[in-house]
Amino acid sequence: MSIYQKNEVKEVETSRTLSLVVDNQPGTLARVIGLFSGRGYNIESLTVTEIDKIRSLSRISLVTRGTSMTIEQIKSQLLRIVPVHIVRDLTLEGPFIKSELALVKLVVKGANRVEALRIAETFRARTLDVTLSSFVFELTGKPSKLDAFTDLMRSLGDTEISRTGVSAISRGNKTETKLLDQI
Amino acid sequence: MTVNYCSGAEAVIRALVENGVEVIFGYPGGAVLPLYDALFENNKIKHILVRHEQAAVHAAEGYARSTGKVGCVLVTSGPGATNAITGLTDALMDSVPIVCLSGQVPTHLIGTDAFQEADTTGISRPCTKHNYLVKDADKLCEIIHKSFEIASTGRPGPVLIDLPKDIQLSKIKYVNKNTKFKKYNNNNISNIDENVINKVATLLLNAERPIIYAGGGVVNSGQEASKLLTKLVNLLDCPVTLTLMGLGCVPNTNKNFLGMLGMHGTYEANLAMHNCDVMLNVGARFDDRVTGRLNAFAPNSKKIHIDVDKSSINKVVSVDYGIVGDCTKVLSVLVQEVKKLHNQQTIKSKSKWWSEINHWKEKNSLGFQQIGNNIKPQQAIKSLYEKSKNFDTYITTEVGQHQMWAAQYFGFSKPNHWMTSGGLGTMGYGLPSSVGVQIAHPNSLVIDISGEASFLMNMQELSTIVQYKLPVKIFILNNEWMGMVRQWQELNHGSRYSESYTASLPDFVKLAESFGITGLRVDNIKNLGNTIDEMINIKGPVIADIRVEKEENCFPMIPSGAAHNEMILSSDDNHKDTSGEGLALV
Repeated sequence: MSIYQKNEVKEVETSRTLSLVVDNQPGTLARVIGLFSGRGYNIESLTVTEIDKIRSLSRISLVTRGTSMTIEQIKSQLLRIVPVHIVRDLTLEGPFIKSELALVKLVVKGANRVEALRIAETFRARTLDVTLSSFVFELTGKPSKLDAFTDLMRSLGDTEISRTGVSAISRGNKTETKLLDQI
Repeated sequence: MTVNYCSGAEAVIRALVENGVEVIFGYPGGAVLPLYDALFENNKIKHILVRHEQAAVHAAEGYARSTGKVGCVLVTSGPGATNAITGLTDALMDSVPIVCLSGQVPTHLIGTDAFQEADTTGISRPCTKHNYLVKDADKLCEIIHKSFEIASTGRPGPVLIDLPKDIQLSKIKYVNKNTKFKKYNNNNISNIDENVINKVATLLLNAERPIIYAGGGVVNSGQEASKLLTKLVNLLDCPVTLTLMGLGCVPNTNKNFLGMLGMHGTYEANLAMHNCDVMLNVGARFDDRVTGRLNAFAPNSKKIHIDVDKSSINKVVSVDYGIVGDCTKVLSVLVQEVKKLHNQQTIKSKSKWWSEINHWKEKNSLGFQQIGNNIKPQQAIKSLYEKSKNFDTYITTEVGQHQMWAAQYFGFSKPNHWMTSGGLGTMGYGLPSSVGVQIAHPNSLVIDISGEASFLMNMQELSTIVQYKLPVKIFILNNEWMGMVRQWQELNHGSRYSESYTASLPDFVKLAESFGITGLRVDNIKNLGNTIDEMINIKGPVIADIRVEKEENCFPMIPSGAAHNEMILSSDDNHKDTSGEGLALV
């Protein structure tokens, strides 16, 4: 970005969730990520996996932050990438669901074991692995819920955390089927 | 039904022919030997052997920009591909349609650090519009057809196809181009809305101080776009200014043409931009060389932007109306609408606006004084224009002061006759580019306006010029300095000329002679005209070493970090010291 922009009035940056449908090809993800690093945009979270085997399509759910002008620019730039077919701004479109999965390993002994299980139950986490000195919990939900859970776990003992990043979808009966058929 | 089996390399050549390729610029190497073998057998594509892969891309750019066709390049793996990167980036920045084929090590060796292996798709990803690594021979034909489609549609750009050697050797079935291609580029979607067109036309007709500012998008859209633009200018009787890339899309002789705008644009063009009330941007992108300081850019104007690339709209300048679409399509609808409304109402008088503009014109911002025997570079370009304007003349340039003087003092009456590196600013662009232009237009006068420093960057192409007997005229404005660097050092760095002197220059006349071509030299204004005549009249290639005034600066100028209305017209102009922020600007 050019220094000329420094003079512009500061607009508030907001967090936006974008949902992309892209060709599942080598290089597509690199192009998307390269766009963000090359043009100095933020990526707060990114998940990608195949959603349509027959047409070989993947979905990228992406959380970014910026002023509305920057976000418009990001969306237009994303659409210039040849294997990117659909770019949806879920934040702008209306209500949507954001969900994430976390795997949390907690090393804990003694009384704190009961406390850990009690918290896990409150958060509706599943216990995937147990030893006499550790647990592995699985938890899904909003990123803020996962944050709260991992914070609590950290205070009980040594932790190791693996999170998937946000996956998102709009609420209601609207789908992308028609758009996808045009690809 | 006959089944068309052939080798991958043969299929590539066939696909190129099917996509209309007549000329390919390239350099052979180990990983493209099968392709060169297939080229050897064919009689439809002419191969031009350059002397460096960067030059191959620039030559293809010159070819593409002077014809409107896709330029085609063939390079080998590793260093061949990495050398082509500057050219590809240049083509991306200036939206030039290029298809570049690069060799690659065989698929089973990819990732092993094999001899002449490079991650070509990885390296070229940010400097191409799209690229492919062909791993499946069955997809080869389709990928080539798609590449031409991607390179030439929407906002044009370079596409690279990386071809492993085993794919070139495998037996495949040739697949013809499917004419019913789907959209490969979401960017082709346009939003030409009647309602918006009506509003824009009304706005333009009711404006008191309108201006049209057009750029390379008009040239890329084809000759029809230039005609429509000129028509619109005449209909509205409004001033028009062109960017560096757009020169020629309104004839320089048009009475409404104010010259180029921007950092080295005319005073009247920049002041008209600053004071306009309605600005119509057609196919330009509010580049920092054009806008100057953004918060002071055309402060009291409504802005309309027509661009084929949606991401260009509202990128750096917020506009009131953004129309995404090909310039020809949008302009034809807009011209019709303006005509229709024009019949219904009388157009606002612009006499006050024109008298203001004429007042700015009186500053004569491109004026210079040719005193004494030394040749002023401005005069050299002016004379060159006078002597060559009755020919079908194509100009290419390198980058620097000579480029700006060429843009200021050479007149362009048609699009596609001016090839310069605008976005990337690549020194060494002009000579190889002139090769491509001359190949495309063998009977036209092709002149590379050059500086001595830029010329040295790709002068190996003299060999190409001689090999193909290309009568390119190389017009070197020789001031023994990297002039633009020296000028900035003078203005911003207390005349501390750090490393900007071009020492150890060759004798350009002898250099020409060593290649068996004509070398001319002139250092006295009295002989300038004769030398130019001689250069033009010689049948073959010529290097003309024009010794010009050494410390001449390029004016007018918007100092870095300043606004359109803060132009300086000469070194004597009192200008504020460049601000800290301005110093940081390129």
